[in-house]
Amino acid sequence: MTTRSWNLARVLRLATLSSGALIFLGPYVWMVSTAMKPREEIFSSSLALIPDRWAAVENFSKVFTRVPMLQLLMNGAIVCAVILVVQVLVALPCAYALAKLRFPGARLMISGIMLGLLVPIHATALPIYVALSGAGVLNTYFALAAPFLISVFAIFLFLQFFRAMPDDLINAARLDGMSEFGIVLRVIVPNAWPAITAFSIFSVVAHWNDLFWPQIVVTETAMAPPPLGLIFFRAAEAGDDYGALMAATVVVTMPLLAAFLLAQRRFIEGITLTGLKG
Amino acid sequence: MSGLALRGISKAYGGNHILRDVTIEAKPGEFVALVGPSGCGKTTLLRIAAGLDHPDRGSVWLGERDMTAMRPSGRDIAMVFQSYALYPHLTAGQNIAVPLAMRNLTVWQRLPWIGSLLPGQRETRAEIQRCVFETARSLKIDHLLDRKPAQMSGGQRQRVALGRALVRSPAAFLMDEPLSNLDASLRVHTRSEIVELHRRAGVTTLYVTHDQAEALSMADRVAVMMGGRLLQFDTPEAIYGNPAHIEVARFIGSPQINLLAGEVDAAHGIRIGGRLFVEGVGATPGTRVTIGFRPEAIKLGGSSQAGLGASVKRIEFLGSETLVFLELAGGGGSLVAKLAPAEATVLNPGQAVTIAVASGEVLVFGSDGSRLPVAPAMRMAANG
Repeated sequence: MTTRSWNLARVLRLATLSSGALIFLGPYVWMVSTAMKPREEIFSSSLALIPDRWAAVENFSKVFTRVPMLQLLMNGAIVCAVILVVQVLVALPCAYALAKLRFPGARLMISGIMLGLLVPIHATALPIYVALSGAGVLNTYFALAAPFLISVFAIFLFLQFFRAMPDDLINAARLDGMSEFGIVLRVIVPNAWPAITAFSIFSVVAHWNDLFWPQIVVTETAMAPPPLGLIFFRAAEAGDDYGALMAATVVVTMPLLAAFLLAQRRFIEGITLTGLKG
Repeated sequence: MSGLALRGISKAYGGNHILRDVTIEAKPGEFVALVGPSGCGKTTLLRIAAGLDHPDRGSVWLGERDMTAMRPSGRDIAMVFQSYALYPHLTAGQNIAVPLAMRNLTVWQRLPWIGSLLPGQRETRAEIQRCVFETARSLKIDHLLDRKPAQMSGGQRQRVALGRALVRSPAAFLMDEPLSNLDASLRVHTRSEIVELHRRAGVTTLYVTHDQAEALSMADRVAVMMGGRLLQFDTPEAIYGNPAHIEVARFIGSPQINLLAGEVDAAHGIRIGGRLFVEGVGATPGTRVTIGFRPEAIKLGGSSQAGLGASVKRIEFLGSETLVFLELAGGGGSLVAKLAPAEATVLNPGQAVTIAVASGEVLVFGSDGSRLPVAPAMRMAANG
């Protein structure tokens, strides 16, 4: 890489990629910048990334004093963790059975999964809401997690991944004396980390950032996940205090950013680990 | 030690018959090779023996036990796969230890953390380690035990796969073309190593290959399969010298057996190019037959000698032997002869020669491919 010459094509390519990166990073950078600014500077007509007077301490202290921010983050973490763990626990054996076992109805089930991929949460939201309300479990972690516990997307993703695994590997495990659950646990999972990590990123990002569903089933701040907490914060406290609001947003996105950077390393390790044949 | 018997096995996938009534019985400690072209059903038969596939009809026996309905893990059979099928996330040592750990440790003892607290677990693990190391040393891979499969060469992976099969001293071995992913020189070397291993362990072995040389050189008995049927099951010598079916004759032997079309005449003889080749054929006169003879059965003579006329097309010198490709006079077909190099030095392409084949070396096949008997007394007469 380092020895390659700076020809025109490479410069052009880098320029295109860099401008794309800037466009995507722009709003985030502006958010961080606003979180550092005092109120009067946010509404001044001049555009500046670096504030004249730093108001970071002021903004961030508002975030942690005026809203139960730690409670919100905790809610988000619990709900995301429950969703992810159950999703993976259900999807792994399910995808293994569909990919590697022969039983009547397997094809029908796969078509069912394909169909399931097409149905958005918005279509089923109302009946699920009515059911949860009837069961009297609104404003609970269960209500937040319930519709997402079984992910057809996870089953689909793992199914594709498991299909590529050699049948002989599974046959060898059977001859070595493993049960089917043993095979999933000892052979499939250790070799499926890239798929599991990729899915975890999708799942956690989607449910950490989800606003639609929490808005339907949660009305109390104590149960709200971070994005809903931000809405409550804006409505109740911030009003036009954009500095504090942006500071809250920074706090909410931080765990996700950290988690992603960690997972990314793991992700790359996972890819280099796959060497079934070679 | 117990024998392995597959009795009357039939298997079809959606109306497509893969196996038709195949019976193979390997005696205790015997090395049996299943050989045939790809798609002949030999791998399916092996999978049925392993319990990975279920026969539509027939039964699988290990010694006196009927294993037809038994799960693969209960069969006490180890298998070496063509792709080796090593667990990619485990080191060579851990790979070899898996079958022992699955058998000798309880479910609770195998659990991480909790397992290490249970009584007896430490002793069993140490015993497993000892077995793994011993097996690895016998295969000369004890220095590789800490490597993952991805860090090993094909030959090393193959040994680890053998080790994983050997370590629990099973009642029978199944091998599915274990040498086909190795390069040529390593293949010949590993071939003799597997035979040596078998001789030492004395475990009944079923070995699937498409390479007839592998089958002939390694096995005590060879089963030749074609189109889902067992054509012949006999010693390598009998398979080569006394094939029961024209397909067996054609498949076994390199270069291929020479085949010529003919017809049984009124005196029960067969004439090729006007010359009597065989007498005393047990078939009604007028039957269309094919006669076959091995390349090394051909004796070449000068054009003045009595015999079937032919011309030399091409000569291939192979070191220890020379192949002479011949064209029969009058467009009767092409043949190949295997000669000692010294015999072939006088030959040149284009040269006219005569061909003689001792009648005892001639095999006669009917139009359905089965062997036709040739009366030995008459054969002697033809020789004289």
